[in-house]
Amino acid sequence: MEARKQEILDKLRRDLLSWEGFKPPQPGENDHFGLGPLEAAFPNGIFPTGAIHEFISLCPEDTAASGGFIAGLVKRLLQNGGACIWISYTRRIYPPALKLFGVDPDCVIFIDVPLQKDVLWVTEEALKCDGVATVICETKELSFTESQRLQLAVEKSHVTGFVLRKDTRKINTTACVTRWQVRPVRSQLRPGMPGVGHPRWRVELLKVRNGKPGNWTVEWKKQRFQTIMAPSIQEPARRYA
Amino acid sequence: MPKRFASIWFRHLLTDQKAIRQPGLKGKAYVFAEPDHGRMLITALTGEARKYGVTEGMTVADARVIAPDLQVFDGKPGRNLKLLTALAEWCLRYTPSVQLDPPDGLLLDVTGCTHLKGGEKAYLREIVSRLKTIGYDVRPGIADTIGAAWGVARCAASGLVVPPGGHRNALMPLPPSALRLSMDQLLKLRNLGLHQISSFIHMPDTVIRRRFGKSMVLRLHQALGQEPEYLFPLKEPVPYSERLECLEPVKTRPAIEIALHSLLEKLCRRLHGEGLGLRAAVLTWYRVDGKNGHIAIGTNHASNRVQHLFRLFFIKLDSIAPGLGIELFTLDALKTEPISDKQSELWSAKGGADSEEVAELLDRVAGRIGNAPIHRYLPGEHYWPERTPQPDSSLRKAPESEWRTDKPRPMQLLETPEPITAMALTPDYPPKLFTWKGVQHIIVAADGPERIEREWWLEPGEHRDYYIAEDEAGRRYWLFRSGHYNTENNQHWYLHGFFA
Repeated sequence: MEARKQEILDKLRRDLLSWEGFKPPQPGENDHFGLGPLEAAFPNGIFPTGAIHEFISLCPEDTAASGGFIAGLVKRLLQNGGACIWISYTRRIYPPALKLFGVDPDCVIFIDVPLQKDVLWVTEEALKCDGVATVICETKELSFTESQRLQLAVEKSHVTGFVLRKDTRKINTTACVTRWQVRPVRSQLRPGMPGVGHPRWRVELLKVRNGKPGNWTVEWKKQRFQTIMAPSIQEPARRYA
Repeated sequence: MPKRFASIWFRHLLTDQKAIRQPGLKGKAYVFAEPDHGRMLITALTGEARKYGVTEGMTVADARVIAPDLQVFDGKPGRNLKLLTALAEWCLRYTPSVQLDPPDGLLLDVTGCTHLKGGEKAYLREIVSRLKTIGYDVRPGIADTIGAAWGVARCAASGLVVPPGGHRNALMPLPPSALRLSMDQLLKLRNLGLHQISSFIHMPDTVIRRRFGKSMVLRLHQALGQEPEYLFPLKEPVPYSERLECLEPVKTRPAIEIALHSLLEKLCRRLHGEGLGLRAAVLTWYRVDGKNGHIAIGTNHASNRVQHLFRLFFIKLDSIAPGLGIELFTLDALKTEPISDKQSELWSAKGGADSEEVAELLDRVAGRIGNAPIHRYLPGEHYWPERTPQPDSSLRKAPESEWRTDKPRPMQLLETPEPITAMALTPDYPPKLFTWKGVQHIIVAADGPERIEREWWLEPGEHRDYYIAEDEAGRRYWLFRSGHYNTENNQHWYLHGFFA
């Protein structure tokens, strides 16, 4: 009896997910983003495409880290073709750096909107466009209504949108599917080696619809994400007298 | 097709316009005068003033003597040209090619236009009656040649529409002033007692040339159609153009949208049939009160898709002020290009950055914020970080070289490097700590230096030694020292970017 109840509940949960537009994984299709253990946090264990992802950044260093993490995801999204559009008001992104994350900078169209108020208009137009694979929007504020509009736009067109909120004062409720905060952490090389290692971030999934929030340490190494499971014990750098 | 020309003569162009502005002046005797050699000379006058015996070229003082209640206004040189241009634009609704005929007329090429109004008589009647409603007193004429139409409009008592081939007979009874001759030629003809064209039209050309000059032969031949004469239209006719005349003036937004849509459909069908696409187009509207305006669009790729072009216009549709109503819309394709075939693109489900959907999206964005903020970068063959990404305006150009991945580059690059205070213990070693915006960062790991020389053939200046520095919190920066290390404490350190 108890087992049967659980079965019904599971089925209902699956149905709810499909009604909300999350497709169960198709056999033979590789939907994985190479995020490793991080993917368990998402509904059905798949990174939600065709949705709006919100990234919170409080300082330029965070913005750079979020940019790197997004670029890693964009690399995977662009594999199916389509264009990538990067919309911003004050852009600082340096195109050649995208190549280090596997994205060809010449495949990305940058729109540097001269007026702050046009940023979301351009974003919505881009999200409605079928030939676009992904849209990255750098903005300051995003109200609930604005996020609803963006979310509605992608539900029709199945474009994946990233909203990178720079220097946010107030973190308000939005209709985005996920909310992330990516911060740089100390990189690590093999013990005893000097210098700066691979980009490493503290990825916090603050909010995810129908999933489990959590936080991980992720490194970008050999053109893919690698999750650092347990914080390894820091060996003191060997000093020679 | 034999050509037909119309000439419209505004008998009192400037004074009529004054009466339109000030209705109280209607039926009064008034003149325009301009200063000339210290006197005021009359340049334009009404029919009422003419009844007193006032003529053009008379001084105002003389005119005041014979007509005590004459009103005098200051005339402005060049005013008639401005007025004629506006009237010529108004006449574009009757024919696409209109030429100014200063000082007080217009010339229209009406070939193939008159049947639209039900014949030449009805055509002229409509022009005259509509101009009369506005307040202009005009006389028109239609003939096979420009010269004959001009003469008939100004001098003929009746028979303003000269039947095809009848211009020679129509010219016979007219006075010589119907031939656009100069004043001394006219005086000479009068002194010789030649009061009608018929009295000298049979003279040999050599005789006329010897007595009256070369220009008179030319004018005579032009009027008779023996010498070709061409119109220089006010507006160059556009090869791909559509017009929509509204039965009733429209002023509501849905009506304007319907008009635009039907114009686009007609134009795009034509372009599609010829394998062309549109790069730039202008929608012009003409209001009932004589005002007009236009909105222009441009596209990145040649396109003849109605839906797309409509959306481009739709963004700007707010700027139409219909006023009392719009009676005519024209849509001109200013620039057309052959459309590239779409065969290859059919195979891929989603194209790259150069697909049609993306091009259409960028058109819409450019319609709102302009084309300048849209960038795409190609690898530039430069070492200097600011110049490595080369802006490129086209979406299709493939990169000529590879993007470099051998050197780490920051995710975020500051447009202008920000000065910091840094402390480096040994030359060519990364700094131990630096202060940026009042916050001290202690550096625990660093890579470098990477020396980037300035491209001296482009600009002078110091080289830069770049370091990748990681501070205690794990934040990664791109710092550089401008110039060589020196022992004096005047090194210039800058922060240039943030690593992911």
